[in-house]
Amino acid sequence: MRVGVTVFPGSNCERDALFAIERAGALPVELWHADGDLRSVDAVVVPGGFSYGDYLRPGAIARFSKVMTTLEDFAKDGGPILGICNGFQVLTEACLLPGALLRNVGMRFLCCSVTLRVETIKTPWTSLFEPSDRLVLPVAHNEGNYFADPWTLDELEAEGRVVLRYLDNPNGSSNDIAGICNAERNVVGIMPHPERFSDLTLGSVEGLKVFESVLSFVGTRV
Amino acid sequence: MSIQEVYSSLGLSDLEYDRILELMGRVPNYLELVMFSVMWSEHCGYKNSRPLLKRFPNKGARILQGPGENAGVIEVGKGWALVFKMESHNHPSAVEPYEGAATGVGGIIRDVLAMGARPIALLDSLRFGPLEEERNLYLFREVVRGIGGYGNAIGVPTVGGEVEFAAAYSGNPLVNAMCIGLVRAEDFLQACAVGEGNLVVLFGAKTGRDGIHGATFASDELTDESEKKRPNVQVGDPFAGKMLVECSLDLLKKNLLVSLQDLGAAGITSSASEMAAKGGVGIEIDIGKVPLREMGMKPWEIVISESQERMLAIVKPTDAEEVLRVVERFELGAAVIGRVTGHGDLRILHEGEVSGSVPARYLADAPVYEREVVAPEYLEEVQKRLDLEKVSRPQDYNAVLLRMLAHPNLCSRRSIFEQYDHQVGTNTVILPGADAAVIRIKGTALGFAVTTDCRGRHCYLDPRGGGVASVAEAYRNLSCVGAEPVAVTDCLNFGSPEKAGPYYQLAACIEGMAEACEALGTPVVSGNVSLYNETEEETVYPTPTVGMVGVFEDVGCRATPSIKRGGDEILLIGNFRPVLGGSEYLEIVHGSVTGTPLRTDLAAEKEVYDAVRRAISAGVVDTAHDLSGGGLAVALAEMALPGGIGVEARLLPEGRQDVALFGEVGGCVLLAVPEEKLGELKMLLEEVHYTRIGYTGGNRLKLSRLVDLELSELGKAYERDLFERHAPEGGYLG
Repeated sequence: MRVGVTVFPGSNCERDALFAIERAGALPVELWHADGDLRSVDAVVVPGGFSYGDYLRPGAIARFSKVMTTLEDFAKDGGPILGICNGFQVLTEACLLPGALLRNVGMRFLCCSVTLRVETIKTPWTSLFEPSDRLVLPVAHNEGNYFADPWTLDELEAEGRVVLRYLDNPNGSSNDIAGICNAERNVVGIMPHPERFSDLTLGSVEGLKVFESVLSFVGTRV
Repeated sequence: MSIQEVYSSLGLSDLEYDRILELMGRVPNYLELVMFSVMWSEHCGYKNSRPLLKRFPNKGARILQGPGENAGVIEVGKGWALVFKMESHNHPSAVEPYEGAATGVGGIIRDVLAMGARPIALLDSLRFGPLEEERNLYLFREVVRGIGGYGNAIGVPTVGGEVEFAAAYSGNPLVNAMCIGLVRAEDFLQACAVGEGNLVVLFGAKTGRDGIHGATFASDELTDESEKKRPNVQVGDPFAGKMLVECSLDLLKKNLLVSLQDLGAAGITSSASEMAAKGGVGIEIDIGKVPLREMGMKPWEIVISESQERMLAIVKPTDAEEVLRVVERFELGAAVIGRVTGHGDLRILHEGEVSGSVPARYLADAPVYEREVVAPEYLEEVQKRLDLEKVSRPQDYNAVLLRMLAHPNLCSRRSIFEQYDHQVGTNTVILPGADAAVIRIKGTALGFAVTTDCRGRHCYLDPRGGGVASVAEAYRNLSCVGAEPVAVTDCLNFGSPEKAGPYYQLAACIEGMAEACEALGTPVVSGNVSLYNETEEETVYPTPTVGMVGVFEDVGCRATPSIKRGGDEILLIGNFRPVLGGSEYLEIVHGSVTGTPLRTDLAAEKEVYDAVRRAISAGVVDTAHDLSGGGLAVALAEMALPGGIGVEARLLPEGRQDVALFGEVGGCVLLAVPEEKLGELKMLLEEVHYTRIGYTGGNRLKLSRLVDLELSELGKAYERDLFERHAPEGGYLG
């Protein structure tokens, strides 16, 4: 199984994601932003970092890169996509996910561990969790404050499209939202970093399940 | 303008100008004079410190590269090596704190990159004036933002560091950044130009007027005029920095570079002349080929511009085209700007004419000033002024402890390190907040620990002793996480060497540090000197920051301060002889910076630290914390708070209990061990003295009959946000 990781200029968690994917048992594949080729991957991670320096707005420039056009087709075909942190921001800018990520209410960059609740297991990236599972994952962001208009929030809630929710909201996100999915449920964006908790040497493997989930999902789909 | 006015305005003395005349055998032109002035500044030339720095030991079994390169290199094992260095960015941060700190981080990253290593960890050692002053709070806030702004974006985790506050730093904050890089031992580079006919490629950002005369600015004291030098502060672009890192590593992987050098202080002049001098060759730079970001720049401006995010490479002519192609892939600019020649000069060409030409070795050979070392008068006076009888004993020990834990020098650093991404790279095994940061090396069991330490107030009261104790503290911190200390980088922050007091402090601190480095077997492999850290009113405490790196054979065997279980026995390892002189307690509670601080017995302390490390490496101990600022009571609180498990301990020494609880001591470590492991631990401690002082458990901190507090109350005092407004008297805000 092949899982791709997009690399934009300024991405900085791509190697961490590639490492976690390998640990989960898949073949990690680097997808350079200027290539329009997804190299026959089965799933794609859009990693964290500061694509294009977060200049203008996080994700606002990366969404115009060549790889994103290909990724839009991949999403339409039901391909599983996970945006982590800056990746989530890119996916909202690309309108693959609704809403936007504003600056943290504390107006500071925040790097710490947060406790989350898994709100739905009906996505490729959470399929191996149990509903309402609690997990602790690191966050590291300046703009993680999820915002959407009330109608969109109602829709997300009604359709069970909130994927992860903070138990102790660190950034002011609406409805304590830490992650959401699209209506088709194949595109997921989350602010926490599961790739950072995918190795016991670092104290936790709670995040590894996210990558194992997609492998299991793709495995059963084939 | 007379010639004397010209060279004086560039910061050159009469003596130095005469020396230039003698070396050159002719009158230099303006461009040449500018190049001399930046290369002979204290910042680049180490005029005052070079003879003193010779005192440092720099050889050892694991040392692959000592001082003289962009950074030092040590061997870790399995073919891996660590590259590290620390550097100051004090003056830029004093006038433009965000950019000053950000470019300090960017600069040290490129030093490590120039050695061919991937930068994998950052630390910052910071000093500010008291936070009750609005200006100090502003500097502190912006410096922390700047460090995060650059480090977070470039994707190198900021894993540790330290910060202290004292009036001596008001107006002249210290911002020292340290970077550690990882490289295969056979692959690290030296910045040395070789091969006549090879080409010089400048790549990265374009060259502008920013940072012109930065090196000279850094070599002068801060005055009201300094604000006008704001344009001398460079502006950082972490995005370009990130691309520069990836691009340089890609070029190296493809074996396309003969040599690599970063552009820091004094820009092209420094990088090119150092590479030429080391290689015994000349370098010609065609100034018209340098990609510029602004119009009308004069040749002298171009050669000393300190624009950030640039690197200089020596490449074979046959590889040049491929190099430019790789650089373009990373969306950076590049140009062939010169070539390596046989004449030994740094020669600047402009529109086909020679604008200036100076033998590179002259530029690298700044004059050296040796001064007389005279102990300043204040020393004896401040040491003697402490009369223990006049130090009142606390009425309420609980209140004293709460007040100390809430003080900016002792309280939690969480509000700082949460603004830094300390986990990117997925290698950070021990996160900030412990005695040292621990990083693993992927694909091996190996790891390393790193800490920065400096006892500034101690160095002020007793410069030699403070130098010794600063190195010993770093060694102790590494030992407390279980790492074997290997080598040191340093950043020596002092006042003007032209004044007797600061010069004595510099010489004495170096003497003490050198003595400790020898006794502990941790040579100095790289470093930086920052002098003239003073304002018209005040000189900083002598602050020789020690950055020490240690290694793990097995990063799985490590310890943290956090108590992990109830029912563990608490042991105090080492000879516990605390003193009040120069302690945090004396300053925070009694407002006095006096007395003779703790003395370091290096041989005895080394035995303690090595024994602690043996116990951790053997897997017997997983909880260890050093006794440091604030003394025993603060150390026990720091162990209890993170895990929320209490402590009950009784005190040992006779006499004043405030000395026992809050006095400071070297050579002591606290361990918490399950009872069933005590036997094994005793064997591992061998002859080292220890005392059983209490047990873990419950949710209170109880020390004899003096302190009895719930952890939640201690936590409220300790876990404060340093960026919130501060009470005028700096008291406990709870």
